[in-house]
Amino acid sequence: MTGRNTPGPRDIAVVAFAQTGHRRSTEDSSEVEMLMPVLHEVLARTGLKTADIGFTCSGSSDYLAGRAFSFTLALDGVGAWPPISESHVEMDGAWALYEAWTKLLTEDTDTALVYSYGKCSPGSVRDVLTRQLDPYYVAPLWPDSVALAALQAQALMDAGHTDEAALAAVGARSRADAAANPYAQLKGRVPQGDYVVRPLRTGDCPPVGDGAAAVLLAAGDRARDLCERPAWIRGIDHRVEAHSLGVRDLTDSPSTRLAAERAGAFERPVDTAELHAPFSSQEVVLRRALRLDDSVRVNPSGGALAANPVMAAGLVRIGEAAARVHRGDSDRALAHATSGPCLQQNLVAVLEGDPR
Amino acid sequence: MPEVLSAPLVVEFPFTRSLGPVQSAFLTGLRERVVLGVRTTDGRTLVPPVEYDPVTAAELRELVEVAPTGTVTTWAWNHAPRRGQPLTTPFAWVLVRLDGADTALLHALDAPGPDAVRTGMRVRVRWAAERTGAITDIACFEPHDGEPVRPGGHTGAFEQPLTGIVTPARLDYTYSPGRAQSAYIDALSARRIVGERCPSCRKVYVPPRGACPTCGVATAEQVEVGPRGTVTTFCIVNIKAKNLDIEVPYVYAHIALDGADLALHARIGGIPYDRVRMGLRVEPVWTEGARHPDHYRPSGEPDAPYETYKELL
Ligand SMILES: [Zn+2]
Repeated sequence: MTGRNTPGPRDIAVVAFAQTGHRRSTEDSSEVEMLMPVLHEVLARTGLKTADIGFTCSGSSDYLAGRAFSFTLALDGVGAWPPISESHVEMDGAWALYEAWTKLLTEDTDTALVYSYGKCSPGSVRDVLTRQLDPYYVAPLWPDSVALAALQAQALMDAGHTDEAALAAVGARSRADAAANPYAQLKGRVPQGDYVVRPLRTGDCPPVGDGAAAVLLAAGDRARDLCERPAWIRGIDHRVEAHSLGVRDLTDSPSTRLAAERAGAFERPVDTAELHAPFSSQEVVLRRALRLDDSVRVNPSGGALAANPVMAAGLVRIGEAAARVHRGDSDRALAHATSGPCLQQNLVAVLEGDPR
Repeated sequence: MPEVLSAPLVVEFPFTRSLGPVQSAFLTGLRERVVLGVRTTDGRTLVPPVEYDPVTAAELRELVEVAPTGTVTTWAWNHAPRRGQPLTTPFAWVLVRLDGADTALLHALDAPGPDAVRTGMRVRVRWAAERTGAITDIACFEPHDGEPVRPGGHTGAFEQPLTGIVTPARLDYTYSPGRAQSAYIDALSARRIVGERCPSCRKVYVPPRGACPTCGVATAEQVEVGPRGTVTTFCIVNIKAKNLDIEVPYVYAHIALDGADLALHARIGGIPYDRVRMGLRVEPVWTEGARHPDHYRPSGEPDAPYETYKELL
């Protein structure tokens, strides 16, 4: 909730990021087996060991795993003995990062490890996601995630904000950009395909896949020690809208706009935006809400249309944005994560590198 | 390396939910073919109704009947209905603003094809033949050419209001335990128990999960442990679990298998429950066709000295 006008007590940066190669199925490995190489990689980038980490926070979902308390087994991968300071959110890892950022702001610790993972392959993610809907009025109808996104897409078309050709172009651009991303699942030329739920076609929908991501946060001088060009979190905020779809204007995302405003995104232009838009139509909504014009490089990683490991895809957006700052490809980047049907919950972070 | 295992996993749960006064009135109303909304302090009518205003969070209680006819505000054509959805034939998902309402309700529209659907089209409720007080009491919507149906002015007070609903849910998975646990289960089928040794701290974990929880590193070196072991701690179970064919009381124990640095847990048999003790030496008992030991029984050896297992408690 700090914009540039109300700076936090200390500067906090993303200092390292790692992710798996996202794949359709990782049935040969358990969650912790899938996660561990990513944890090792993100630590190796900074030379830190698990015992050096002040706070650890993770995001995942029992409904994806089909097992209660599934996150506890993943803790084996972070060396949780002797005991560590640890927390978990039953959400995308972007929200775990928010909690870790808050912890670094308010407590006497300098480093935090954030990770998240999701395996969509064991179940049907379209059906699994229906269980996050209103259990009285909506979930008994089993409207799957593509169906709800399709209702939003049709509303956008009726409002004149897009058409099928424009949506196809979003998918094509994303997968073309993903060709340069070694971790992406779906890249290059991908047929737009048939309708999944009209008006959304295969090409408008994300691939179903498994993957994990990890980010290291550090405060102040510690961040400078650990990273040549830290990606400073200048602001971060998240907002939620009414859960009832019929109450919301699906063509707009006021929660994204408010989160961006509170994160300071509108104070100066960004050069990069990593948007968590699992459906092509959602990029249209987000671009409008965030007032992004063609001068902004949107989803150079390919975005969620190229790889959508549920529960990790939002954290990957923050990681990708930070990695561009680390490499010097961006000076000021916006990262966005979403959760819930039709962009119900939205998180926006603004990341900056030191002036060059 | 043995093949990684997988098996079907079905998660089913009949969620039992209590209803507040507004939800109760709405769902009871559907049972009686009445659609109710709730009025907000600024005069809007929300359908489906909620108990707190999504804008101001004010408590809402004023129920108002709306019409069973309305207008499609957006739609999506579903040519391949999935399990549990309102219709088994291709249909349109719709948000419908019922006449008299200011917000829209999600449901299905029965229509011959996508060309017969458009935003702004007029529709009406098709009631389910048997109604129980659930959103599925609306079987679906259907196209409607006629005049808006005038609502009856129902107050929302019913003789026998619902107080709760049961919403069954079922999700199907294919569970795969991954490399380490697959190797463990595979060895069990040959009545061998294998753990994995941490390359860093050298501890042997059983059952192995592929990671050392102390060091946070991958484990890979397989080590055969047991078959005999030592009871490190135990409890006496006095409550019979549903569908469990074991007489109570019985003993459930942590057992440190010889060569393992972590105790696994199993039932102890072949000895009266009140004779089980820390340090008791035990061995696995396999039953015909079972994939893991049925229980452990005394091996007949002298008890293990406390020093030999105190680190494993
Ligand atoms: Zn170890």
